[in-house]
Amino acid sequence: MGLIKKSLLKSLWVFHLPLSPCNNCDIEILDALTPRYDLERFGIQLVGSIRHADVLLVTGVPNYKNYTKLKYLYEQAPKPCFVVAIGTCACGRGVFKDSFNSPCDVDKIVPVSAYVPGCPPKPEAIIDGIVKLIKSLKT
Amino acid sequence: MKKIIPIGPYHPLQEEPEFFKLYVEEEKVVDIEIEIGYNHRGIEQISTLKHYDQIPFVVERICGICSTSHPFAYVNAVEDLAGIDVPVRAKYIRSIIGELERLHSHFLWLGLAGHFIGYNTIWMWSWKHRENVCDILEVISGNRQHYAMFKVGGVRRDIPNDLVPQIEKMCDGLLSVIDMFRGAIMDDPVIHARLKGVGVLTKEDAIKYCVVGPTARASGIDIDVRRDDPYAAYGEVEFNVPVLYNGDVFDKAVVRILEMYESIKIIKQCLEKLKKEPEGNIETKIDFIPPGEGIGRHEAPRGEVFHYIRSDGSNRPIRHKIRAPSYMNIASNKVAAVGQTIADAAITLAAVDPCYCCTERATVVDLKTNQEILCWDDLVKLSQQKTEKIRKLYE
Ligand code: SF4
Repeated sequence: MGLIKKSLLKSLWVFHLPLSPCNNCDIEILDALTPRYDLERFGIQLVGSIRHADVLLVTGVPNYKNYTKLKYLYEQAPKPCFVVAIGTCACGRGVFKDSFNSPCDVDKIVPVSAYVPGCPPKPEAIIDGIVKLIKSLKT
Repeated sequence: MKKIIPIGPYHPLQEEPEFFKLYVEEEKVVDIEIEIGYNHRGIEQISTLKHYDQIPFVVERICGICSTSHPFAYVNAVEDLAGIDVPVRAKYIRSIIGELERLHSHFLWLGLAGHFIGYNTIWMWSWKHRENVCDILEVISGNRQHYAMFKVGGVRRDIPNDLVPQIEKMCDGLLSVIDMFRGAIMDDPVIHARLKGVGVLTKEDAIKYCVVGPTARASGIDIDVRRDDPYAAYGEVEFNVPVLYNGDVFDKAVVRILEMYESIKIIKQCLEKLKKEPEGNIETKIDFIPPGEGIGRHEAPRGEVFHYIRSDGSNRPIRHKIRAPSYMNIASNKVAAVGQTIADAAITLAAVDPCYCCTERATVVDLKTNQEILCWDDLVKLSQQKTEKIRKLYE
């Protein structure tokens, strides 16, 4: 595990899974990659397949049509894979708690390593969340 | 050999998460199937559980990119129902927020469209300049997105007069940026060759599929709720509605760029008039909502949004119906994308400006072996390679 953890500290590859978000959290994630915040200079990169990813960024609330997909995706990911819940929706469903189409929280389906609350969290907050995740890996 | 390319399935606007199934023969798209429902969160039902003052926060969360459009249409609907008059200052503030949102949304679209055809510089640049708009919105409302500015009877926060110069400065700064993008797109022979005649939606088809917004205006249909049925401050400002006639991806891009100029024009006129109104008078007090029904419309960056409210006299609506613009626009892909090559599919589907973050997964499945051949990344790559080929021709 030591070697894997060490390699994870340098450049995390993230896969972005929108469950049923309003899109803002997703925009802020992309925002963090574009010139003003430019996370890519630290080697943090969005990848197209979960099989290449170290981190799964989940946004939005699970609904009946897609919550099984979250589990499949997590199972397909090479371990260790860290799940980061971005936004109030993914952290605790927010206003959608009362909805007839929202079965459960994200952390009831997969283990979540970091929560970034906010609606939407600012790119700074997302970066902060990732930094905290990396710090927790060090210890 | 016929193959299926599934694109999707998630899409963020309520009632219209999308899942495209492209049927392809060799390079050509022969049919397209659209499946929605992945993003259903039951917002209309949640809305009937909240009281009128809470609903703007709920409908704001339908879509992040047009997070002012839904509250805008919603307050229009409730004000129509209850016959409420809004203070003049609040009207100007509403229009300003609406247009700022159009600016940032079009920048966002421009960037992603650039990315799909292999102009990643356009992507990075337009997202960079989009940040300026987000900054202003943050100064005004305290949040970069989900501004929470709207409430029935007025707005929640004032735009203080000493903030006006800062907004004006940002608008002036953006003008040169939009000029640059206009130059980059309209004068570039490669982009002409790449986008002209691609994904054409003829006027007849546009009418048949009831498309709205820039998608309709690029096909020669001259509609715009802001002008045709003025609300907020749109009746008191002057602006043009750009209309183009070819209906291809190129025209859809140009229409959006021209609209950005108009948005800046509207913001500036509103700011001028805002300065003359007394500060602080931003809402009408409402005691109760009478029984009845009301409709509200707003020209969102993607087209007309429509809200319907029915009240029984209590403090919650008993029915809230929402129709968002992409719902019609996405269906028009059925004609626009058929007959195109796969390399053009990405940009054609993207041209109606659905919220893409969620369509970023696609796979080509070979029907016989059921094996995945292409994924969305490959599709974008294909599209970028085609641009590269055209660029070489021009060198
Ligand atoms: S947390 Fe807020 S911004 Fe993020 S997806 Fe949910 S509603 Fe949208």
